[in-house]
Amino acid sequence: MKLLSEYRDPELVRRLLGKIEEPLTRSWRIMEVCGGQTHNLVKYGILSLLPQAITLVHGPGCPVCVTPRRLIDQAVELAERGVVLCSYGDMLRVPGSRKSLREAKAGGADVRMLYSPLEAVRIARENPGREVVFFAVGFETTAPANGLAVAHAAREGLRNFSLLSAHVLVPPAMEALLTDPDCRIDGFLAAGHVCTVMGCEEYEALAARHRVPIVVTGFEPLDLLQGILELVILLEEGRAEAKNAYGRVVRREGNPEARALLTRIFARVDREWRGIGTIPGSGLDLRSEWKAFDARVKFALDPERSEEAGECQAGKILKGILKPPQCPLFGKECTPIAPKGAPMVSSEGACAAYFHFAGVASGAETKESAASAP
Amino acid sequence: MNPAFSCPLPKLDFSEIQLGHGSGGMLMQKLLEPLFGLFSHPALAEQHDGAIVSTAGRIAITTDSFVVSPLFFPGGDIGTLAVHGTVNDLAMCGARPRYLALGLILEEGLPIAELWKVLCSIGQAANDCSVAIVTGDTKVVERGKGDRIFLHTTGVGDLHPEAAISARRMEVGDRILLNGPVGDHGVAILSVREGLSFESAIESDTAPLHRTVLRLLDRFGSRIHFLRDATRGGVATVLAEAAQQGGKGIEVEEARIPVGEEVGSACELLGLDPLYVACEGRFVAVVAPEIAEEALLEIQQSGWPQAAAIGRVAAEHPGKTLLRSAIGGRRPLPLLPGEQLPRIC
Repeated sequence: MKLLSEYRDPELVRRLLGKIEEPLTRSWRIMEVCGGQTHNLVKYGILSLLPQAITLVHGPGCPVCVTPRRLIDQAVELAERGVVLCSYGDMLRVPGSRKSLREAKAGGADVRMLYSPLEAVRIARENPGREVVFFAVGFETTAPANGLAVAHAAREGLRNFSLLSAHVLVPPAMEALLTDPDCRIDGFLAAGHVCTVMGCEEYEALAARHRVPIVVTGFEPLDLLQGILELVILLEEGRAEAKNAYGRVVRREGNPEARALLTRIFARVDREWRGIGTIPGSGLDLRSEWKAFDARVKFALDPERSEEAGECQAGKILKGILKPPQCPLFGKECTPIAPKGAPMVSSEGACAAYFHFAGVASGAETKESAASAP
Repeated sequence: MNPAFSCPLPKLDFSEIQLGHGSGGMLMQKLLEPLFGLFSHPALAEQHDGAIVSTAGRIAITTDSFVVSPLFFPGGDIGTLAVHGTVNDLAMCGARPRYLALGLILEEGLPIAELWKVLCSIGQAANDCSVAIVTGDTKVVERGKGDRIFLHTTGVGDLHPEAAISARRMEVGDRILLNGPVGDHGVAILSVREGLSFESAIESDTAPLHRTVLRLLDRFGSRIHFLRDATRGGVATVLAEAAQQGGKGIEVEEARIPVGEEVGSACELLGLDPLYVACEGRFVAVVAPEIAEEALLEIQQSGWPQAAAIGRVAAEHPGKTLLRSAIGGRRPLPLLPGEQLPRIC
């Protein structure tokens, strides 16, 4: 992966940091929507390098973190009812109301960690006597592959494969944040991988409607800094536009084949986001013509909502309104080993990032800790 | 490894492990007979309940279990891993490995050919490390109640007279040395794991480390403050534990930690951090600053040309490890809350 090292050049990083500082006349609060970007901002220590005037707020962009308890409970219930329950690795740790999938596995349920939904189709093919459910989590980025798995299963005439869909969509979540009266975000770094599939048009409308600049941004250190630079320029010039700073990967129209597949298999539905609540049109469920592959229909799952942990302030943290340490559960009942709320679950969550930085005392770390704070 | 080592499958009346092989009766004797030739040592040949051996003075004891799947992987198998793992645990105490006790837990139905292959690997690795297998135990579990072979080893070694290895001996200013690129073992296992297999030339880094460690101790004695092999949890976990146990801060430079290009790419694709991926032949040495350069040279000359000085012990942030990233930023290297799980996005 030599190609990537070019996007991690320390000298170019220094130069870009200088360029970001140049036009700054005031401080700005920028939200990176995507958890993958949060992860890399932390992994490369970029938060510690940015000028003080820039505060990065970590958004709700970790699909694992925002999957509501109700869906985890349904997945656990299916696993305990004897299906082969398959999902991506980081989904296994997220706690439901009673337990996580990993705990269900320890209790004897057949829970399998996969890297591809097509693997679940293979398991269904090889185990005709067993029901196989793929717990499909992810944004617009992973949804096409999950849709493809359904199409493959249908083509093969498999009757023992189904999808428990927990897909979430980014633009409706950004819309929800922007219409929240407490929102104090000056500009967004939009998730590059999502735009690879969906294109940038939705973001252009969003920027114009809410008078907020949005820059489509990649994931490597130089991509992230380039995105921040372009956003800072838009902010300083008072231009509420959507820009694509990830042109090497993202086309304005996205990936037409993947979009067509999504439209063919899925329909937009209202979706509950863990810690935030229901966001209209923010989820993807299987269309009615694919209901034979819809685990909710097939297993007549209880649609009732589950209770969130009472004092958990995840919603306010995901919206950038509260700092993680301001939550009464932070670091006490809620830790990465026993997470109560979504942002403590994966390394992409703001609470987990705060937790790991706590007590690492030096100037740089104070800045890092402050970086994800409102 | 000794290329002349030859290990033909002995002539037996059975081709698979049966429950009777753990019975203590004739079937078991038949299974174990060839073992005494393979692991020839007078103490083992006694076929006593335990081994009677002699040691030089202070000894180190360690025990470990091996449950790796698959049993055979690029660059090694469960047998070599068991010997190297135990030898390395002794080495990290500052001991010269001498004796191993070997426990076998076999699943009914296991092909004898597979067992023999693993046993030959154990014999060869023990031979290479100059350790003797002096006692052992064999159990057979019903089909479905094991994963073909589990190994359990206990090792005994003579402590080097100068050895004083402890995280509490780390001092501010000490240098942190690493003997080679990280993550090869974990990625080699992943590359052949069911459901994930991908083509790669990556081989496990499994290797014995005692000779290098003994050279360091011979030359620098108690100025070697701390040693730990990076197995599960990788080099990041070793550093996090060292900081925690020693109550000192640790700072390392990402750019100085060698990661093979293929391993880096595989981790990138799988969403794993190579610093947390398991190694089986890598160790971290925390040494006094005045010997750091010579100690590094000594490690490089003892078979680890890619060994590197990766950081230092700091007065700041006691109990924590900080990494300066390749682009100059800083981040903590905490203990992982559980196993490293691949991210979906």
